[in-house]
Amino acid sequence: MPVPASAAHLTRAQIDALGAELDDLRARTVADLGERDRDYLQRVVRAQRGLEFAGRALLFAGFLPPAWVGGTTALALSKILDNMEIGHNVMHGQYDFLQDPAFQGTTFEWDTACPGDSWRHSHNHRHHTFTNIVGEDRDIGYAVIRIDEGKPWKPKDLGNPIYALLLATFFQYGVMLHDLEVENLAKGRTSWADTAELRKDMARKLGSQTLKDYVLWPLLTGPSAPLTFAANATANLARNLWSFTIIFCGHFPDGVATFTAEEAADESRGGWYLRQLLGSANLEGGPLFHVMSGNLSHQIEHHLFPDIPAHRYPEMAVEVREICERYGLPYNTGGLAKQFGSVVSKIVRFALPWSRSEPGSGPLPAADDGVAEVELAA
Amino acid sequence: MARFAPPTLLRRALASDLVDRLTAPHGIDRYLELVHPTWTVREVRAEVVHARRQTPGTVTLVLRPNDAWSGFVAGQHVVVGVEIDGVVHDRCFSLAGSPHDPDGLLELTVKANPAGRVSRHLVEHAEPGLVVRLSPARGDFVLPSAAERTASGDHLVLLSGGSGITPVLSMLRSLVDERHAGPVTFVHYALTADDLCYRREVEDLVDALPGARLLIGLTDAPGEGDLDGFFGLEHLAQITEAPERAQVHLCGPTPLMASVEAVFAELGLADSVHLERFGPPPIDPTIDVGDGAVSFARSGTAAPSVGTILETAEAAGLTPAFGCRRGICGTCTTTKASGRVRDIVTGELSAADAAPIRLCTSIACGEVVVEL
Repeated sequence: MPVPASAAHLTRAQIDALGAELDDLRARTVADLGERDRDYLQRVVRAQRGLEFAGRALLFAGFLPPAWVGGTTALALSKILDNMEIGHNVMHGQYDFLQDPAFQGTTFEWDTACPGDSWRHSHNHRHHTFTNIVGEDRDIGYAVIRIDEGKPWKPKDLGNPIYALLLATFFQYGVMLHDLEVENLAKGRTSWADTAELRKDMARKLGSQTLKDYVLWPLLTGPSAPLTFAANATANLARNLWSFTIIFCGHFPDGVATFTAEEAADESRGGWYLRQLLGSANLEGGPLFHVMSGNLSHQIEHHLFPDIPAHRYPEMAVEVREICERYGLPYNTGGLAKQFGSVVSKIVRFALPWSRSEPGSGPLPAADDGVAEVELAA
Repeated sequence: MARFAPPTLLRRALASDLVDRLTAPHGIDRYLELVHPTWTVREVRAEVVHARRQTPGTVTLVLRPNDAWSGFVAGQHVVVGVEIDGVVHDRCFSLAGSPHDPDGLLELTVKANPAGRVSRHLVEHAEPGLVVRLSPARGDFVLPSAAERTASGDHLVLLSGGSGITPVLSMLRSLVDERHAGPVTFVHYALTADDLCYRREVEDLVDALPGARLLIGLTDAPGEGDLDGFFGLEHLAQITEAPERAQVHLCGPTPLMASVEAVFAELGLADSVHLERFGPPPIDPTIDVGDGAVSFARSGTAAPSVGTILETAEAAGLTPAFGCRRGICGTCTTTKASGRVRDIVTGELSAADAAPIRLCTSIACGEVVVEL
């Protein structure tokens, strides 16, 4: 298995040892799961449901500007918590061990347009199994944005920044349509008929979300209906922009590696860990920032341990960083401004045909001397 | 002391379609339970109002279900969900009370099983105020209705051993509440007189029924009970002179149930025995279990088959959720991605891909992949 330059100094045995160390960290954390995790989840759920209730209630007085602003903010925060720290993580099966039917990964539904089942397929299966393999992982640029040189340039890529802006604005619908694989439908690789079941699910979920946010709650507030409608749209928009920002910072800042299918073929457990490690990037911030990002600010730990409760990532990150240092591996992290700035710059650069990745990114041939060290952009 | 709860009319409104749509995708129960765990309007929750320890190692719980509960028939069981150290554990228990209880209270008696986490937890820790989850009542082991009993005029034999008394006690209580006048014999086996829970109550109930009598069998205390030793033809002769007129409702340890079934089968009366099993069902020896292998897709492990898929998973170090371990409650239902499995209770073969199976009663026939 050839590896990117940033890991080319590792021997096969070292990669296996890396895998064993990460397996051990995982096993120790799993053995410790219990009441603490349930209490944490309960606290977040309580906060989310409380914010949602407060938001909906305040909007009955939405004709008063402070109530409108307060209601909209509470609702936006509720949707962010619901989608990120609760929905995304529960649907990974992180809380399956609680055996609580309300928090089972296989049945949970979240407050967004994308049906849970379709997400479980496009995200848990495609993205987490084939992470950053160009051509397999459709999360690379969400199949509409060119963000890697492994994807050949086409004239339509000149619209990259506009596509990104549209995707960010309508992110919940983008995530919903993701599993349809529109690009494959257009090229005739999949047939429209194959997606009948999926489209039915999407229509059902989209209908239920639209009915709730844009018809029933506005009507319930009587004369304030247009204000409630606007508040709900604003809350959805705020969640869209925030989740787009966090998610794009997880895999697309400079220095994150992508892989070819050959590189990932026959990879060992350690090799899989290595790909997850090199293919993800973290965000630095305070505890509240981590919660509001659904702990996807620890994208590296999330990709190494996708089914471990995400609030454990900050403490696991200490060990992961230390392991990375010992093995001479890059640990891509930075503040939101730095990482998102890097993503925006890539979206703009890759609109152009002569764009190149920064060193350390993209599929690179293994260095022949086997001791190549690649410095990350600071 | 009655706790404040939303009035019934409000609860009905909360259970409406409109509220469901307003609270999509989570549903109103996910909000109400945060105010108080028994306020759910669709999911059944029950609060312990009494916890009585009548014999060592047992606890009798009296529960007040919320109004999502829709009643039961004497003899049925429920899946009780108990939270222990943050994790919800489901187990089946028979309801021991009468379905005609004027306050709508439920009763169950739990015997601590040394290897059982839930039963030990309840026996040691259950106190008034504890809230548990309940499934709707389930099971075909039920008391015939008053109309059926009058029509047949059969001799009802309620036969139990040990903690198997609960469903037949429910039947006896129900008969008293329904003023049943036909012939009834209540037979209960225990090791010694000290192990008899409910003795007083059973005596009073039998006295209250005009056609009823009680026979106590003590297997470890010769001469102290009405019947000595284990069930056999001699015991049957004491229970009834006309076995062909008897309808036996039976619940107890596997050996007791096996001997009752054998005696009645010998007499050509196998259809007269109705029983409730607890403990794993016997595995059909004609099913080949030797060559199976199970891959657990989500955890990335695989193991050769050792009994049921649930047992195989546990042997492989996994901890799938389970309830009754006998194919009833559905707690362990998991998607089988591919392969063929046979259900050891029904004998059915499942060959379809992406089919839900009960891990506790499914045995792998060849290579099987499950989403676990």
